[in-house]
Amino acid sequence: MSAVTRTNLASIPSRPRISAHTRRQWSWGLFFLLPWIIGFFAFQLLPIAFTIFLSFTDYAGTSEFKLGNFNFVGLENYQRLLIDKIALPSMGVTLKFALIGIPLGLIIPLLLALLVNSRRLMLSNFFRTLFYLPTVIPVVAGAIIFNGVLNAQSGWLNLSLKALGITEPPRWFSDPLWAGFALNLLAIWAVGNAMIILLASLQGVPTELYEAATIDGAGPTAQFFYITVPMISPVIFYNLTIGVILAFQYFVPALLIGSSNGNPQGSLLFFPMHFYREAFVFSHMGYASVLAVIIFVVTMAATGLLFYFGQRLVYYASGETS
Amino acid sequence: MATTSVPGGSPAIPVTRRLWPAVREALARLGVTGLGLLVLAVFLLPLGYVLATAFKQDSQLTTPGAPLWPASPSTYNYQGTDYPLYDVPTENGTRPLALVGPHREESDVVDPAKPELGIFNVEGRWRTWQAVYRFDPALENFTTAWRQVNFLRLFRNSLLLSTISTIGTLIACILVAYGFTRFQLPGKNILFIILISTIVLPPQATIVPLYILFSKLGWTGTWLPLLVPAFFANAYDVFLLRQYFMSIPRELDEAAMLDGANPLRILISIILPQAAPAITAVTIFHFFFVWNQYFEPLVYLLGKEELYPISVGIGAFVTTFSNYPGRSAATAVLAMLLPAVMFFLAQRQFMQGIVVTGVEK
Repeated sequence: MSAVTRTNLASIPSRPRISAHTRRQWSWGLFFLLPWIIGFFAFQLLPIAFTIFLSFTDYAGTSEFKLGNFNFVGLENYQRLLIDKIALPSMGVTLKFALIGIPLGLIIPLLLALLVNSRRLMLSNFFRTLFYLPTVIPVVAGAIIFNGVLNAQSGWLNLSLKALGITEPPRWFSDPLWAGFALNLLAIWAVGNAMIILLASLQGVPTELYEAATIDGAGPTAQFFYITVPMISPVIFYNLTIGVILAFQYFVPALLIGSSNGNPQGSLLFFPMHFYREAFVFSHMGYASVLAVIIFVVTMAATGLLFYFGQRLVYYASGETS
Repeated sequence: MATTSVPGGSPAIPVTRRLWPAVREALARLGVTGLGLLVLAVFLLPLGYVLATAFKQDSQLTTPGAPLWPASPSTYNYQGTDYPLYDVPTENGTRPLALVGPHREESDVVDPAKPELGIFNVEGRWRTWQAVYRFDPALENFTTAWRQVNFLRLFRNSLLLSTISTIGTLIACILVAYGFTRFQLPGKNILFIILISTIVLPPQATIVPLYILFSKLGWTGTWLPLLVPAFFANAYDVFLLRQYFMSIPRELDEAAMLDGANPLRILISIILPQAAPAITAVTIFHFFFVWNQYFEPLVYLLGKEELYPISVGIGAFVTTFSNYPGRSAATAVLAMLLPAVMFFLAQRQFMQGIVVTGVEK
């Protein structure tokens, strides 16, 4: 592979300014980047272009993909979106999940990271390991576990709530009103990755800053908001971005718990699940591509907005602004 | 915290003055650790639940008054027959008695502590008495689950998939991260921004064309669609490795270069040994990522049960939970056992890798 690259580069009309050493650097560099560049074209860029292409066709997944097995239908698939009775409610399910899950996904890992970073916490490694543990539990096992622990009668959560004096705790996965929130709880259980990089960032805050603030008479609360939060804001922003991206893709636990109907009463029918059903259950590849384009556009728009408005709130100690 | 001064510093009580901050510090430690334990208890409640349920007989879940831990009612053998034990309130306090002849308002019992007294009669409704339970983990759930599901095959499939995919990811991501850290290349920064922005890409946006591509190639119904892309690197792991490689000083590889070592040699003998924590972190991240994957194997392996990884293989147990809680819970425990054990074995290296990488960010 490297030989080919090298000849290609060598055949470019050589500019006298570029030394042999630099050219060797380039070809080695390109050689090392090649796996990603190929993968990017083959598994990401071209497939996306192809998804957009498919969204203008009526291709059904039931037959082999070749000319004659599909027609161009113009904007028909996009018009169908307007009469789709599931599209809007399922986007609502996804948005509700995101609006609750994203703030939770920011606050809870931060609180846990502060806790396990505290020098007053004894056996802090023990705590870090155990708080991370649920993150390595397979999604399917997590779905089984939460289906049980959130059981309205025999689940330990409701038994605990009853013991605390709440006589009628929510019925979680049996109640359309609470089922989405129950999945938020399942999602927040796997908090480990967010916690661990926040912890790393907390440990990177120079202690001199706290000492100086203490001398200036700043209490713990002021120190937290004026030193800790700005210093770790890049990581908070990173967690926020990842949280937004993942929230719009979320559906596997919903599929496991509520089946492909999003039970109870469609309250777990997330937008990506609607896509999954159209593509791989009903074989409407053309229309499913429209839904995929929507997921793509919404995710891009949300992250775009985030970067536009969020970047100015983030403090970069090294002076970078990107 | 050291700002709070101790009031009343008269020279008469120097010992108290010296001791007070230490006592306060100890109390603060106890307080924070106590809070930590409380939060941890809430956090691990679901795990406690699934473990307890996996070792319980399903009948225990519906029995009123049964304890939360796996248990069965105690019995007492009196003259060749087993009788259930109850905590019976008597005039000398509550005593465990074996119920021999239950009646409505009074019952015939035997005292296991003094069986020589024989059967005697006590007042009170036996239905209001608490049954005595003893710790009794049931293994039936595991044996039934093991018989119903071909766990060995699912384990083998998941292990193979995760291992091959992780090897591919490690090779590809190490090469790419090395390319991004140590080589000057026109447009490198733009390429890096493109790489990072692929994190945004939802899998739904590419899966239909990929499915079509892989079926054209005849790869659907095999592991190839799950394994091949791993050999072409991914943004998360390249980013993590790049951050770490950047923190490794260049002096050593420059010296090796002067000695005539080629870049591949430098990568293998100089960079890799120093990057062990980051490589451990990527290994664990990716291994678990593949172990957990559900959507892709479901789509690409549909119907090929003999190729299913454990995630897809036990998916059906989520919905059977209401009918067979114990069996489902045992399945979940079996599915999470290996990741959990691996994590505990590697956690020190892993945490170190993340924390160091994060600091250098």
